[in-house]
Amino acid sequence: MKRLLFILVLLFLAPARAAEPPQGVVANVAQGKSLYAANCSRCHGSRGEGLRDQGPSLKDVGALSGDFYVRTGYMPLDDPHAQPWRTRVLFSEQEIRSLVAFVATIGHGPAIPTPHWRSASVPAGKKLFTDRCAGCHQIAIAGGVLPGARIPSLNQATPRQIAEAVRIGPYLMPKFSRRAITPTQLNDIVAYVQYAKQPDDRGGWAIGHLGPWPEGMVTWLLAASALVATCIVIGRRQKRT
Amino acid sequence: MSRIKALLIAAIVLLLGRGRPRRERSEARIVPPGTPDPRAETLVLVLFAAVAVCGIAFIVVYAIDGIGHQTQLLGLALGLAFALLAVAFIVIARRLVVTEELAEPYPAEHPNEVETIEEILDESESRFTRRRLVKLAGTGALGTLGLAALTPALSLGPALDTDALTKTPWRRGRRLVDDSGKPIAATSIEAEAFYTAYPEGADRELIGSPIVVVRIGPGDEGVVAYSKICTHAGCAIALYRKPTFPDTQPGPALVCPCHYSSFDPADNGKVIFGPAGRALPRLPLEVDVDGNLRAAGNFSGPVGPSWSGVRQREARS
Repeated sequence: MKRLLFILVLLFLAPARAAEPPQGVVANVAQGKSLYAANCSRCHGSRGEGLRDQGPSLKDVGALSGDFYVRTGYMPLDDPHAQPWRTRVLFSEQEIRSLVAFVATIGHGPAIPTPHWRSASVPAGKKLFTDRCAGCHQIAIAGGVLPGARIPSLNQATPRQIAEAVRIGPYLMPKFSRRAITPTQLNDIVAYVQYAKQPDDRGGWAIGHLGPWPEGMVTWLLAASALVATCIVIGRRQKRT
Repeated sequence: MSRIKALLIAAIVLLLGRGRPRRERSEARIVPPGTPDPRAETLVLVLFAAVAVCGIAFIVVYAIDGIGHQTQLLGLALGLAFALLAVAFIVIARRLVVTEELAEPYPAEHPNEVETIEEILDESESRFTRRRLVKLAGTGALGTLGLAALTPALSLGPALDTDALTKTPWRRGRRLVDDSGKPIAATSIEAEAFYTAYPEGADRELIGSPIVVVRIGPGDEGVVAYSKICTHAGCAIALYRKPTFPDTQPGPALVCPCHYSSFDPADNGKVIFGPAGRALPRLPLEVDVDGNLRAAGNFSGPVGPSWSGVRQREARS
């Protein structure tokens, strides 16, 4: 019983811990510079100036962009023409911090945001999400497609990554300034996304949060099977008489 | 006038007096004669009339937009019509059609079969006294019900007058306002973002009201506005895609989430992908002395989903 409780507590803590990177790891700009030279300079240029047809300039993108692209596994990208997609992160925590610290020294970019979403309003966030985000990401944060791009699901996005993506507008996503979406509104949006990861599914199975049609399909299948079964029973009785 | 009268009489005669003359038959009935049941017959007539009334009620409710609970009333009218029709049929079957069960071996040859069946049908009607009237009532009931079922097809589009569809609240000098009703400064429109705007002081529910505003270049001239309603099926243009790095990524587009019609904001809303058949209407803009965005005229074409002849029209204020 004690062990079970312990496991439950661990399970409960695990996602919370994974959501925010651990503290107490020190960044080293010199190490970041060498990591940059090895992994990023081929496309972004040796000083982050960007290369034509290869990669954009990193001037003024700041720690915010660096943190987002590296922690999501969007970068490094194999093919500069491919869409960055969430993959395995290639660096250790310490390497990420160093790399981000180095990228932050290229120009004067924004720092990593800290969304305070726990006390934010989910209903307000849902309204904002419907207006600004759901067109592409779907109200169930499932993602989808767009001519020329795939739209990522937000299920794996951490609160910090959501806050960063809103400001960056990665790949084909529009960019939202602090005037377009205020920090308070951003907190609300993050709160909604966090809610939508584990929504309150009334009435049983979520079946992909697709709305009422999967339930309808299931009903049809059950009803059709029942009808066929009834027909067979009637047919057998008729034969006997 | 007298001609119309004559035509009307002819039509009534045609409607009521049609049908084969009753065959003269004296001996050898197949179906035993039934006793007429005028009360049941009247009931059927009343039921048929009620079905027709329900059908007309459906059409009336459909036509008048101001009625509250319109959907529920429509459902009630149609449901009642079908229920009454069912009752009428039940009354006919149980009280008016002569029923008789006969067991006989199936004949090997049946040369007179058609005639016999006709006779059976004819004789089964013996309990009806007002045959033509019942037929007329039945036709009327089913006809009205059919009309009611066809009425919603009118909503597919204006059959005659499309003028209302080309009207928009935009005119020269009308200010753009955001969601909360505040005017929008041209400098507040940032690159790589998109904004929804409405005409100041006008009904936002009108199809010509909502617009999307994006920046495609520097300065006041770099701000462009388009109708937010897709020219294909009328969904809201809720998606804006813009490249982070134009060298390797697809160009900017205003995209409709319903069927992915994509419009180029830098090329007068030209269709670059998807099923839309015409460009997204562009709203010309100007900047007033306070730096706020105002319309410089009306859209470059009719807003909203397309219909036959839409290209021959222009947006009106």
